[in-house]
Amino acid sequence: MSESLNGKGLALVPKAEGKQTLKDFKSDQEVRWCPGCGDYAILAAVQSFMPELGIKRENTVFVSGIGCSSRFPYYMNTYGFHSIHGRAPAIATGLAASRPDLSVWVITGDGDALSIGGNHLIHALRRNVNLNILLFNNRIYGLTKGQYSPTSEVGKITKSTPMGSLDKPFNPISLAVGAEAGFVARTIDSDRKHLHSVLREAAAHRGTSLVEIYQNCNIFNDNAFEDLKDPDKRDVITLRLEHGQPIANASQAVRIAPTGGLEVVARDSISPEEILVHDVHNPDPSLAFALSRLDEPAFQHVPIGIFRSVDRPSYDHLMSEQLEMAVAQRGPGDLDELLQGGDTWKIN
Amino acid sequence: MTKQVQQLDRVIIRFAGDSGDGMQLTGDRFTAETASFGNDLSTLPNFPAEIRAPAGTLPGVSSFQLHFADHDILTPGDAPNVLVAMNPAALKANLSDLPRGADIIANADEFTKRNLQKVGYDVNPLEDESLAEWRLHSVPLTSLTVKALEEFDISKKDAERAKNMFALGLLSWLYGRPVEATIKFIETKFAKKPEIAKSNVAAFNAGYNYGETTEAFSVSYEIKPAPLSAGVYRNISGNQALALGLVAASVQSKLPLFLGSYPITPASDILHELSKHKRFGIRTFQAEDEIAGVGAALGAAFGGALGVTTTSGPGVALKAETVGLAVTTELPLIVVDVQRAGPSTGMPTKTEQTDLLMALFGRNGESPVPVIAPATPSDCFDAAVEAARIAIKYRTPVMLLSDGYLANGSEPWKVPAQAELPDISVEFTTAPNGDDGTTFLPFKRDAETLARPWAIPGTPGLEHRIGGIEKADGTGNISYDPNNHDLMVRLRQAKIDGIDVPDLEVDDPDGDARVLVLGWGSTYGPIAAAARRVRRGGGKVAQAHLRHLNPFPKNIGEVLKSYDKVLLPEINLGQLALLLRAKFLVDIISYNRVRGLPFKAEELAGVIQEVIDSE
Repeated sequence: MSESLNGKGLALVPKAEGKQTLKDFKSDQEVRWCPGCGDYAILAAVQSFMPELGIKRENTVFVSGIGCSSRFPYYMNTYGFHSIHGRAPAIATGLAASRPDLSVWVITGDGDALSIGGNHLIHALRRNVNLNILLFNNRIYGLTKGQYSPTSEVGKITKSTPMGSLDKPFNPISLAVGAEAGFVARTIDSDRKHLHSVLREAAAHRGTSLVEIYQNCNIFNDNAFEDLKDPDKRDVITLRLEHGQPIANASQAVRIAPTGGLEVVARDSISPEEILVHDVHNPDPSLAFALSRLDEPAFQHVPIGIFRSVDRPSYDHLMSEQLEMAVAQRGPGDLDELLQGGDTWKIN
Repeated sequence: MTKQVQQLDRVIIRFAGDSGDGMQLTGDRFTAETASFGNDLSTLPNFPAEIRAPAGTLPGVSSFQLHFADHDILTPGDAPNVLVAMNPAALKANLSDLPRGADIIANADEFTKRNLQKVGYDVNPLEDESLAEWRLHSVPLTSLTVKALEEFDISKKDAERAKNMFALGLLSWLYGRPVEATIKFIETKFAKKPEIAKSNVAAFNAGYNYGETTEAFSVSYEIKPAPLSAGVYRNISGNQALALGLVAASVQSKLPLFLGSYPITPASDILHELSKHKRFGIRTFQAEDEIAGVGAALGAAFGGALGVTTTSGPGVALKAETVGLAVTTELPLIVVDVQRAGPSTGMPTKTEQTDLLMALFGRNGESPVPVIAPATPSDCFDAAVEAARIAIKYRTPVMLLSDGYLANGSEPWKVPAQAELPDISVEFTTAPNGDDGTTFLPFKRDAETLARPWAIPGTPGLEHRIGGIEKADGTGNISYDPNNHDLMVRLRQAKIDGIDVPDLEVDDPDGDARVLVLGWGSTYGPIAAAARRVRRGGGKVAQAHLRHLNPFPKNIGEVLKSYDKVLLPEINLGQLALLLRAKFLVDIISYNRVRGLPFKAEELAGVIQEVIDSE
C-alpha cells in the first residue's frame, strides 16, 4: 500500500473542483517585507504555482516558525499557522501525521531551520512525514537586524561579530542528505521557472521534501548570491542538475575524482563519457552528498536543482497503516471492553 | 497439620530486595491477588532511578509496599507490619521504618559474609540478637527454590531467579490469597519459554506449600473482603488510569487522540499504555525532544485532533513556549505533568508537588492556563476526562498535575460504564460567522464561554491564519494596537477565570469544626486518613481537597474564611499557600516536607491535632 503512493505526494489530498488562479491564493493582508526583499519573488512564485497542483485550497496549510520568511503564511489565502522559533517542522509533523488529506508546507529560514530548530529539521527529514519544507537561505539574521547565521561564511562581519564570525557554516543540502532526506533540492528566488519546476517535484514527492531557496536580503546581506544572478558569471558557476543529464555547463564538468569524491574540471579537459550523469533516484546518498560539497569553497561552482529524489514509505502513511492493522487484527476499540480489561472482580 | 488462622483488619507488607530481584513484579502480583480477593488496598512502589545499581548495595534496594484491609483505606500505610527482605541491603535500608514487633521474613541465603560487608554489617543480624525486638523468620529462600526446581531443565541462575516467586507463594499462603490468577500470569508471561514458566509456577507452589508445612510459620492470617459498593473493580495505577482516561476522553469527544511525547520518568508509562490502543484511532508519536512532543500535539490540535503531551517537570520547562503558543492561538491541548522531585533532574523516581507555580506561571506574558490535579491513582481517570472537557470547551491548553506517587501507586477502581461518562463532544465551525454572512472571524468569541471557533483545515471558506503574534479581536489579523492588546490579554484571562468548575466540598461530620485541613493533588489519602485519626481521638477537623487549581472553585474564599484556622500540608515549600494568601488574604498555616515521599497519616494527624490544640 505504501509503495503505491510513491511519487504521489498529493494522492490523498482532495482535488479542487474549478480552475484556480493566483488570485485565489492571495490573502487580504498587506505584505510587509522590506522593499526589494527576495521573499516577494518567492511569495509570487508560490502563489502562482499553487493553482497548478489542482488541490482544494482549504486542504492546503502553510506552517512557519519565526523570522522574516515566517510571515509567509499570513499572505497565503489557505490555512496557516505562524508558530514559534524553530518549531515549525514539529508542529507540521503533528498536523501532517494526523491529517494525510492535507498538503502541508513549512516555510523557514536559515536561522529558524538550522540554528534554533536544527533538531526538528533533521528528525523531520529522517522521519519522512509528508511535508514540503521551503528553507529561505539568506545567510543572515534579518528580523533581529543583521547578526550572522548558521549559513554565513566564516569571518562574517556583523553586529554580533565585529571581528568576524568564527564558526563554520552548515551547508543545508549536505545536512539534509546526511539526515537521509528523500527529496533535497536547491533553487533561487530570482528564477521563477526553476523555482516552479522544483516545487512541482517537491509536491509530488510523498515524504519530507527539503528545498533550499537562495534568497537575497537586500538590507543586511545584499548581493549574497549576486554571482548566480550576474549574466556574465552565472553560466560559468552554475551547474544545473537534471536527471539523466551530464552534470556540466559550457565550461565546467563534474567527474568522479581519483580520490573517490567528485571534482569539477574544465569541460574540454575530459571526454564526454567521463562527465558524471545525474541520477536523482540513486538510493545511495553518497554522490548526492558529494555534489552538495562542490560549492566548497563557496560559489566557485554551485549545483542548482534536485540533488536527490528517492522514495521510501512516509511516516504518516506507516502510522495510518498501523492503526488500520490494529483494527483489522482485533476490531475497532470498544471503551467498555478496554476499561473492564485486565484482572477485574465483581462485588454484588 | 492444621494451623491457627488469625483474623486481622488490615496489614501492611513491604517487599524489599535488589533492583534485579523482581520486587516490583512480586508486589504487583500480590496486589492483584489481594484485589481479586476483594480487600481494599493501596500501594507504594519505591525504586531507584538506576536500572541496575551494583548488586547488594543500599542504593540498589527496590521496594514495594502494600496496605490492604477489610475496610476502606486511603494510603499505602505509614509503617509495615511485615518486611520481606531479600538481602542484607534490603533489611538495612528498611529496618528503620519497621515498628518493633513487626515480622521480618529474610532470605537467609543472601546473608553471606560478602553481602553483609557490602552494607557494613560486621555480624550477621539474623544470627545475633539485634533483631530480637522483631519477629524474625529466617528462611533460606534461594536454596529452597533451587531445591524445588531440581527436576527442571534450567540453569542454576534461572532457578535462583525464581526465588521471588517462592517468596510470593509463601506470602500468598500466609495471607490466604487466591493463587489462580498468578499461575495464569506466570504462564502467559513466559509463554515463549515453557520450561521457565513451569519452573516459576513450581517455585510459587513450593513457597505456598512451604508455608503450609513448615513449623517456621505457625499462624496464617485472614483479612476479610472490604464492603465496597457493588460494581466491577480492577486494581489500577495512576499512570494507567490517566492513559485510560485519555482514551475515554477521545471516545467521548469523538476526536482522534494524538499523543506527542518524549520518554521521561515517571510519565513514560502513559506513552506505553496509549501506544497499545491504536484500534481506538490513537496516534502516539515519540518525538525527538520534549518541545517537538508538544509541538506535534499542538499541530494535530490545529488539524482537529485531541492533542496531548505527557511529561514530567523538566519536560514542562522545555514545553513552556509552545504552551504559550497554545494559549494565544486558543487551541485545545492537554499537558500532563507527572511531577517528580526537582529542581533540574532532582530525584526522578521520587514524588513531589513542586510544579504548581510553574504550571500556573511558567511562561512569558500573561498566559493563563487551567490546572487540574487528581487526588488518587484512580482519580487520574476522571481528571483526564475533565482536563479534556475544559480544553475542548474553552479551546485552551490544560495542565494536568499528577505526580510520582499517584503514577506508580495503585488502588481498586470501580470501573465506570461508558454510558456514565460525560459527553464532551464538540462541533467544529463550518460556516462563516461574520455579520455579513461571508467572512470568517477566527477570534470572534462565544458569548458564554468566550471560546473562539475551532475551524479545521479542510473546511471550505474558512481559510484563516493563526499565530503567536498578537491578534486583532475578531479577525485574528496581526495587531500591534495597544488597546487591542490590552483587550486580548483581558479576554484570554476572563475566559480562563470563567471556566465552570464545581464548588469546593467540605467534609465535616459534626459540622462544628473550627480548623480546616486543605490539600490538593496526591496528598488526599494521607490527609483524609489523618483527619479520620484525629476525629477518632475526639478532635474536630473539617477537610477539603482542591482538584481545580485554576480557576479555583467560586466558593473557595468563603470556605477559607469560615474557619478559624486553615492548615495546608504540601509536598513543596508552600506553593498553594502562597496563592491562597495572595488571593484571599487568609493566614494559611503551612506544613511542608519535601522528602520525595508521600506524607504519613500519623505525621499529619499530629500536625492537625497541634493546630486544634493551639485554638
